[in-house]
Amino acid sequence: MADYKYIINKYKFIPGGLIEAYHAIQREYSYIPEDAVLAASKAFDIPYAKAYGVATFYSYFKVGKRGKNVIRICESAPCHVAGAADIVAALEKELNIKMGETTADGKFTLEFTECVGQCQATPVITINSKPYGDLSPDKIPAILAEY
Amino acid sequence: MAEEMRIVLRNLGKIDPLKLDEYIAAGGYKSLEKARSMDRKELIEEVKKSGLRGRGGAGFNCGMKWSFSYGIDSDQKYVICNADEGEPGTYKDRTIMENDPQSVLEGMAICGYAIGANKGYIYCRGEYPYVVEILNKAIAQAKDKGVLGDFDIEVRMGAGAYVCGEESALIESIEGNRGEPRFKPPFPPVKGLWQKPTIVNNVETFANIPVILEKGADWYAGIGASNYPGTKVVTLTGDVNNRTFFEVPTNTTIREVIYEFGGGIKGGKGFKAVQIGGTSGCFIPEANLDTSIDFDSMGKIGAALGSGAVFVMDESRNIVDVVERISKFFEHESCGKCTPCREGTKRMHEIMGRLNNGKGTANDVALLSKLGKVMSKACLCGLGQAAPAPVLTTIEHFKADYDAKLV
Ligand SMILES: Cc1cc2nc3c(=O)[nH]c(=O)nc-3n(C[C@H](O)[C@H](O)[C@H](O)COP(=O)(O)O)c2cc1C
Ligand code: SF4
Ligand code: FES
Repeated sequence: MADYKYIINKYKFIPGGLIEAYHAIQREYSYIPEDAVLAASKAFDIPYAKAYGVATFYSYFKVGKRGKNVIRICESAPCHVAGAADIVAALEKELNIKMGETTADGKFTLEFTECVGQCQATPVITINSKPYGDLSPDKIPAILAEY
Repeated sequence: MAEEMRIVLRNLGKIDPLKLDEYIAAGGYKSLEKARSMDRKELIEEVKKSGLRGRGGAGFNCGMKWSFSYGIDSDQKYVICNADEGEPGTYKDRTIMENDPQSVLEGMAICGYAIGANKGYIYCRGEYPYVVEILNKAIAQAKDKGVLGDFDIEVRMGAGAYVCGEESALIESIEGNRGEPRFKPPFPPVKGLWQKPTIVNNVETFANIPVILEKGADWYAGIGASNYPGTKVVTLTGDVNNRTFFEVPTNTTIREVIYEFGGGIKGGKGFKAVQIGGTSGCFIPEANLDTSIDFDSMGKIGAALGSGAVFVMDESRNIVDVVERISKFFEHESCGKCTPCREGTKRMHEIMGRLNNGKGTANDVALLSKLGKVMSKACLCGLGQAAPAPVLTTIEHFKADYDAKLV
């Protein structure tokens, strides 16, 4: 796994590269380590408060640990009427955690998201950004088995 | 029978989107060549004359916008393609970029030449990493072959903030900041990215440009509704048989979109409502279905075309429940910069929740109307201004659903 310091250095000379750096860190870690925010503030020469403010403004970023695989369930209106709540229930049951939590083995985290732009196939979830559409509760176990 | 007309999706299924040679064989990059042989002012006049209006929601005349940046002397100017596509129910820009990325690049390069910019950015939402990959490959191929000349394009990724679709918030985000909208004026064509003149256009807007140059402004101006000519890519969601996208002339009616292209309501149920333009759009009742989808006609019925998302609800749907969900979206997505939106979206969600749980009173509905009116005038950006639209239009057209839930 690439060290976040190494990643940050790759982006620090790109104008406005902070957000790209956070994306790159998250691709490696699945989250942004607290220390990486401090390191970014130094590398980009901006106040810590600003580096932290950017990292926490965007819902795609998570400062602090989460599971290896991030499952996001779309709850925007088209997915809502298509039965997103049933998918939430099926995932919570299958993984034995609640929304927002991470499994004990650190393998999965469950999060809500707004529309991910795959609304031709509602309801939709993404796992590490890969979309799965036209879901029904019975399809969940097979999808989780891929990870 | 209304028919599809493909302008921005002209290459869909006909070329391999990752093979530049196939795009070129289909006539690609001839329009950029033509543009570069034209006088810049003349080029902008041609785009203006086509009547093309922005497809990102605000419907501003594209050539007119370009002329603002053109008219400014500056050592540096920028072209930004808005591929943030955060409006729930919308997947048209993804469809365009997945199937024909080069036409977007060509449109951007034409804009670059017109206004005198040599650098472009595509701001693509973070939820589409697979699209970012396609764009990066397309850009690399275009650079390799030299078709873009000295025009450089870079892709930047959003990170899950709906407000970053608003052009000045988007600019803040490219600069590496929190995506909070700026006070206007100055508008981006005058002072945008790093305070330089910047044109921000939507993906679909740019994809129209090469065809307009190829076939001429008069040809384009003659398609669809005269005050908003051309086609619109609409994306259908909800209780319709065909949940898919269509590109239709702008004088197509809502009824045609739902019943002909959408194949009607699923399961033979009755129609209840349609929300057009995404989650910030207005709810439209059956009585208005014969309106054509163009920008001005939609405005006349108190609605908006917005992104072109068409979310259909059948008779079994409870409007108050759907609108409560929508009000939560706005509370979540409000950037917090201005008070009417930060506090207003929170209270709106709170009251909607009370109503949906059967604990609200007639006074709550009156409060919602009042709050909504204030927000639509007092909020700093389009997010807060549009947030009350679903609430206000459902109180107007679907009052019975509210009444049924009062204590
Ligand atoms: C909250 C908000 C979100 C927006 N989201 C988008 C978007 O996702 N894509 C887009 O093209 N325009 C979006 N817009 C409109 C842009 O601010 C801008 O008007 C548009 O990109 C201009 O391009 P056009 O003239 O080609 O339509 C949004 C506006 C607001 C207020
Ligand atoms: S209206 Fe809402 S999103 Fe827009 S600036 Fe104000 S708080 Fe931010
Ligand atoms: S509404 Fe769920 S993916 Fe768009």
